[in-house]
Amino acid sequence: MEKFSYVNATSLEQVTSLLSDSGWGEVMVIAGGTDLLGELKEYIETPKTLINLKTLPGMDSISADGSGLKIGALATVADIAMYPEIQNHYTVLAQAAGSVATPQIRNVGTLGGNLCQRPRCWYYRDETVDCLKKGGELCYAIEGLSKYHAILGGDPVYIVHPSDIAPALIALGASLKIVGPEGEKTMSVEEFFTLPATNPYRENVLEPNEIVVEVQVPHPKSNAKSFYLKAREKGAPDFALASVAGVFEMEGNTCQAASIVLGGVAPAPWRSTEAEAALTGKMITESVSMQAGEDAVKDAQPLNDNAYKVTLTRNLISRAAMMAAK
Amino acid sequence: MAIKSHVQTTINGETVEFLCESRQSLLEVLRDELHLTGAKEGCNNGNCGACSVILDGRLVNSCLVLGVETEGKSVETIEGLAAPDKLHPIQDAFLENAALQCGICTPGFIMSTKALLDSNPNPTEHEIRYWLAGNLCRCTGYDKIVRAVQDAAKASA
Ligand SMILES: Cc1cc2nc3c(=O)[nH]c(=O)nc-3n(C[C@@H](O)[C@@H](O)[C@H](O)COP(=O)(O)OP(=O)(O)OC[C@H]3O[C@@H](n4cnc5c(N)ncnc54)[C@H](O)[C@@H]3O)c2cc1C
Ligand code: FES
Ligand code: FES
Repeated sequence: MEKFSYVNATSLEQVTSLLSDSGWGEVMVIAGGTDLLGELKEYIETPKTLINLKTLPGMDSISADGSGLKIGALATVADIAMYPEIQNHYTVLAQAAGSVATPQIRNVGTLGGNLCQRPRCWYYRDETVDCLKKGGELCYAIEGLSKYHAILGGDPVYIVHPSDIAPALIALGASLKIVGPEGEKTMSVEEFFTLPATNPYRENVLEPNEIVVEVQVPHPKSNAKSFYLKAREKGAPDFALASVAGVFEMEGNTCQAASIVLGGVAPAPWRSTEAEAALTGKMITESVSMQAGEDAVKDAQPLNDNAYKVTLTRNLISRAAMMAAK
Repeated sequence: MAIKSHVQTTINGETVEFLCESRQSLLEVLRDELHLTGAKEGCNNGNCGACSVILDGRLVNSCLVLGVETEGKSVETIEGLAAPDKLHPIQDAFLENAALQCGICTPGFIMSTKALLDSNPNPTEHEIRYWLAGNLCRCTGYDKIVRAVQDAAKASA
């Protein structure tokens, strides 16, 4: 790790003014540090100054009422997974948070850090590789080893977005609040994330002098069932090979509305409008659920080593739909 | 600006002061500055849990926490567990069940077990496996560790 100076945050104004004008990378914010410290140890980032957000008062709170949830960006992944109202009414979010990493990392890792974490692509995380994501010429996954890379939305950078929480929040229709030097703005979590075709270097629309401060989640309808299904390579904690966040509004076995967002398969959380269309208004049977899975992956473009993700994604979607019908 | 920061924290119940660079992890501070070498470095990136300690009541990977962030906090490490003349019941249970071979994972497993039993004194086998999933062992195959945790839970009941 390079040397850096370390500043405790005292107010949002102080944070945004320290960040202003520095561009990306000179001054960085640290929340739990579970992602950032890995980048610093590997010299992927070499900031001169780190601002510790954890000293901002009150930004780790979670509150719930009849209209929905408000979760501060500093709430830990563990607190989200264990919050009773989230377990009872926002199942997909509790399950997604509970599937993140290990108890140790969930205890420290925050919501804001989970949404803003950087890709795990082994070329991006290798100090010696100057890939397209870091301003070089090529995405090495195209010709190189691509077992964990994107099957959808890749061009020209085939990273996958590593967050488990983001697909769950998007499936629930959540929005987030961003603060910058000009004040605050709110946008849907879905609009927050971007594909490499728009910007190959970043995974979201955040400017270098902005931070995420809060996420708001509307209360799901009373007939909603929701699930997070995550396939990983080993039984032990790991990033998703593919995952499905599904929210289904059910009348008996008929699906009135479906919200289906995939993780681990694209450079941003990936809403499958095809799977949603295949389920909406239908009585869910084995064949309807299989069709939804097929439709979701019909445009998938696997690289050399990741065609297995096509099958995996298809099957996870149909399994989630069948769970909604039970 | 000073190169090192002065940090005051509580480690295993005692007030401790140290100087560290902001880039030093808590694991480096414990091992290299304070000579508490119980917490081990396995992966140094959050995967193995060999460096697990309890920070303000929460289990953490000390390799992913900066030393400067422990200012005013309380750290529990494996060194604080046994009484001078008597092992902690979790340590006894690991020995009795032969839940270790090379032993490099053991301090981490024992701290994770302590964090689990502090919050859930009577966990099911499934809960034990879920809450210990952040600790890797290349030797034992885990079953003996699970038995040890079950015995430790009984012993503390
Ligand atoms: C071994 C291991 C396994 C993991 N497994 C998973 C997994 O299965 N699923 C998963 O989702 N994640 C996983 N992670 C990633 C884990 O780091 C995140 O889940 C965690 O939530 C990140 O939060 P943090 O507070 O530690 O982030 P930090 O490391 O503090 O920050 C991450 C990035 O976000 C920026 N940032 C932080 N907070 C804000 C904010 N409020 N506004 C703007 N920018 C901000 C930082 O500058 C940094 O670039 C894993 C990590 C490790 C080390
Ligand atoms: S050394 Fe910290 S988790 Fe492996
Ligand atoms: S006893 Fe050797 S790694 Fe666990």
